[in-house]
Amino acid sequence: MAHGGRIAASSALLAAAAAAFVLPDWIISLATIAFANGLVVLGLIVMWRAGLVSFGQAMYYCIGAYAVALIGRWTGVTDAVALVLIGGACAGLVSFVVGFLLARYREIFFAMLSLAFSMILYGVLVKTESLGSTDGFSVIVPTFLGYAPHQEKLLVALYWLVLAVCAIAALLVDMYLRSLAGALAIPVRDNEIRVEFLGMSVSRLIHTKLVISGLLGGMGGALAALAVGHVDPNMSYWTTSGEFVFITILAGAGSVGSAFVGSLVFESVRSFAFAMLPQLWQMLLGSVLLLTILFLPQGLGSLIVRLGWRRNAGAP
Amino acid sequence: MLTAFAILIDGLVYAAYLFIVAIGLTLIFGVMKILNVAHGSFYTFGAYGAATAVGIYFDRGLPDAGGFLLMVLFAMILGLALGLILERGVMRLVYGRDEVVMVLVTYAAFLILEDVVILVWGPGSYATYQPLLAAGNMEVGELILSNYDLGLIVVAALLAAASYWALKFTRYGMLLTAVIFDRETAAAFGINVRVVYTVTFVIGAMLGALGGAIMAPKIAVTLGIGVEVIVLAFAVVAIGGMGSIEGALVGALIVGICRAAAVHLVPQVELFVIYGVMALVLMIRPYGLFVRAQPRKI
Repeated sequence: MAHGGRIAASSALLAAAAAAFVLPDWIISLATIAFANGLVVLGLIVMWRAGLVSFGQAMYYCIGAYAVALIGRWTGVTDAVALVLIGGACAGLVSFVVGFLLARYREIFFAMLSLAFSMILYGVLVKTESLGSTDGFSVIVPTFLGYAPHQEKLLVALYWLVLAVCAIAALLVDMYLRSLAGALAIPVRDNEIRVEFLGMSVSRLIHTKLVISGLLGGMGGALAALAVGHVDPNMSYWTTSGEFVFITILAGAGSVGSAFVGSLVFESVRSFAFAMLPQLWQMLLGSVLLLTILFLPQGLGSLIVRLGWRRNAGAP
Repeated sequence: MLTAFAILIDGLVYAAYLFIVAIGLTLIFGVMKILNVAHGSFYTFGAYGAATAVGIYFDRGLPDAGGFLLMVLFAMILGLALGLILERGVMRLVYGRDEVVMVLVTYAAFLILEDVVILVWGPGSYATYQPLLAAGNMEVGELILSNYDLGLIVVAALLAAASYWALKFTRYGMLLTAVIFDRETAAAFGINVRVVYTVTFVIGAMLGALGGAIMAPKIAVTLGIGVEVIVLAFAVVAIGGMGSIEGALVGALIVGICRAAAVHLVPQVELFVIYGVMALVLMIRPYGLFVRAQPRKI
């Protein structure tokens, strides 16, 4: 984000936060889920820039969610901020450990191995009776630094929390993408051997990206668990990962903000399709994905960039 | 001893099923470098097609053999049509794009086809048990085995032999091998790669549909059967080495036996033993068991 971009992003954030006073509840809860998922997509974008696509990102999402649910159940910690941080940390830890292995893989093999890991987690959760097996179990009602809201107030508080976490994450990721390690992502995608020849460790660069995306995935899952109030093994199933990759394609990896816009668009399309055409919503989603790939290969974000280009080109 | 024998038979039956499902996937990947998520749709269409055929044919007192034939025929025609439409209508537009983008295109196709199934066959489920009954049972020692299951093993073995023969000894198979090894060089030698792509995709689709048709009597044909098959086939193909037919065979055997062993000995791990094996194999051999080393491009 350039200077102008920061101002635009901050005003978008303020507008989104203020919208909580006017918009109906169902839009607020839709946006809460959408922005929580947007965090996962942000993690995918970090990897996407280095040419890596994970078909197992749902694993971190699921770990974050289950961490929140389990800690709430066992220790009685109800503070939302602490829970989200713990959820993110658990997923980040797992991605750090798994990363030693995953960082050696590229392309489709990377996608397959990450898929395998997420499916292992799915299998374990389905077979664990004490965690509710396929039904999952419910998550405690969170508090916010001692403040314990109910009903609509809880909805709004969670929405603001999600917005705050997203804003901080977006800012940090944006800084990372501008740093040397972040900027090297595209050279790594184009030709990693040359990057090695320049004296950089590609596997360490990729390992860092894996941990970042794991952290983001875990926090997204933690927030989603708090928002939905329930966790189940399907959070780790490959179709969930597929959805995240879908949103990444829809959004495009051009900028940090596109993750959240893309996620919001996806969640809206899905809700509307589900309400209007309950038998055909998958068809609608598939068509949107196909059309995006065919006609907007850089994602929705590229539309904005293109508009900006035209404006600049048109200026005398 | 009895358990060991049961594990072996169950494992072989499961491996046969996996091989039939995975061979089409690995063929398409080997030739076109597309990890085809829509393979699950081919499977689903094959299963529904077979269910329809069974509904039309059985319970009319006609000879059973014709029913089996009609089942397979129906599914294969569906696979042919679907493969042709998908390749000519969609995949053709994205050749040359990133491998991952092509995965997503097939994912989109999969999502769309899931709802086409609802449009054509409705949301209800179909019971297709008649062929299973018609085939009868057999007693081996203390075990009662379904002839249909044993037939499955035979079909898979025949399929493996046929594909080996087709790839090594027919003109088209040799062209295919050339394209698998190096698409550009093959094209430079005058092989019409576009036609090879179309034919391969259609054959892959027909094999996927065949897998669905053969499995239809053993499962309840209902919505969402394709979703699980995709990841299972992925796992088998990844273990064997993507694009390798012998790899798919070995991968199917490994996964089949491991799963059967898990079911009989430690049922708690049944669901993830497959992916555990996959992760283990990929840790040791990142590109699967049967794959040529790729040169690094600088």
